[in-house]
Amino acid sequence: MNGIHDLGGMHGLGPVLREDNEPVFHADWERRAFGLFASTFVFAGYSVDEFRHAIEKIPPAHYLDSTYYEHWMFAFEETLIKRGFVTRDELDARMAQLRAGEH
Amino acid sequence: MTSAHRSTPESEAAIRVKALESLLTEKGLIDPKALDALVDTYEHKVGPRNGAKVVARAWADPAYKQRLLSDATAAIKELGFSGLQGEDMVVLENTPDVHNVVVCTLCSCYPWPTLGLPPVWYKSAPYRARVVSDPRGVLKEFGTELPDTVEVRTWDTTAELRYLVLPERPPGTEGLNEDQLAALVTRDSMIGVTRLPTP
Repeated sequence: MNGIHDLGGMHGLGPVLREDNEPVFHADWERRAFGLFASTFVFAGYSVDEFRHAIEKIPPAHYLDSTYYEHWMFAFEETLIKRGFVTRDELDARMAQLRAGEH
Repeated sequence: MTSAHRSTPESEAAIRVKALESLLTEKGLIDPKALDALVDTYEHKVGPRNGAKVVARAWADPAYKQRLLSDATAAIKELGFSGLQGEDMVVLENTPDVHNVVVCTLCSCYPWPTLGLPPVWYKSAPYRARVVSDPRGVLKEFGTELPDTVEVRTWDTTAELRYLVLPERPPGTEGLNEDQLAALVTRDSMIGVTRLPTP
């Protein structure tokens, strides 16, 4: 798939920015997102290749403008909805509850 | 487009994660405690010190180095490092004539058992884009200036195959034991963006 993820050789993306003494995670939600990776593999039984393919379906502008673990969240939702473990409606309803401080 | 940190507000990302985690927990599909343990392992226990031990052993033991170069997965497992994202390993030896550097142009694949989780720059668009078209320029930004006589080889990782660079042993380290050697080895030298200085 020749999409935005296929970045090798692309021009204009600027210098490589590094962070001194970078922590493994930059926020607690990144820890949880990371933990979901191996946890969801166990019951959903997908491969790394399939997971990456789900990341490749992120709309191009969003792909470049979002962080690494946001890519993962997109891929979890994409894969788990496709396999019937959760629905978009369930996720949207739960997020609305959380935003309202109800959960 | 250069910052891998620019994103939607953190609270929205946090809500998204919490929504999925809580639903999966309620459905009995995941155990939050198992998730805690995974996070703890990769935040505190697995990291580039593992890879440094592999490199130090290879420097100290020529027979081990041979095994490492011919079957890296098995040789790395001898030291107790194996598992997720390290199932199929290849070790690339740096020499006075050849310098190796590793990238995952399509995403972020990286050898977790030996290096831990990748730094943000490794996963960032600029590194993935440019290290394949201008490796010497990128290496220079990391402070690595290679003479023209040194061939630079860039290796693109896949979901299945992961690379670890075996840096050159610095001169003047003949008297050091394996632990002392391991202390010299940095993460970046095992990705191949730097060379190790003479101690």
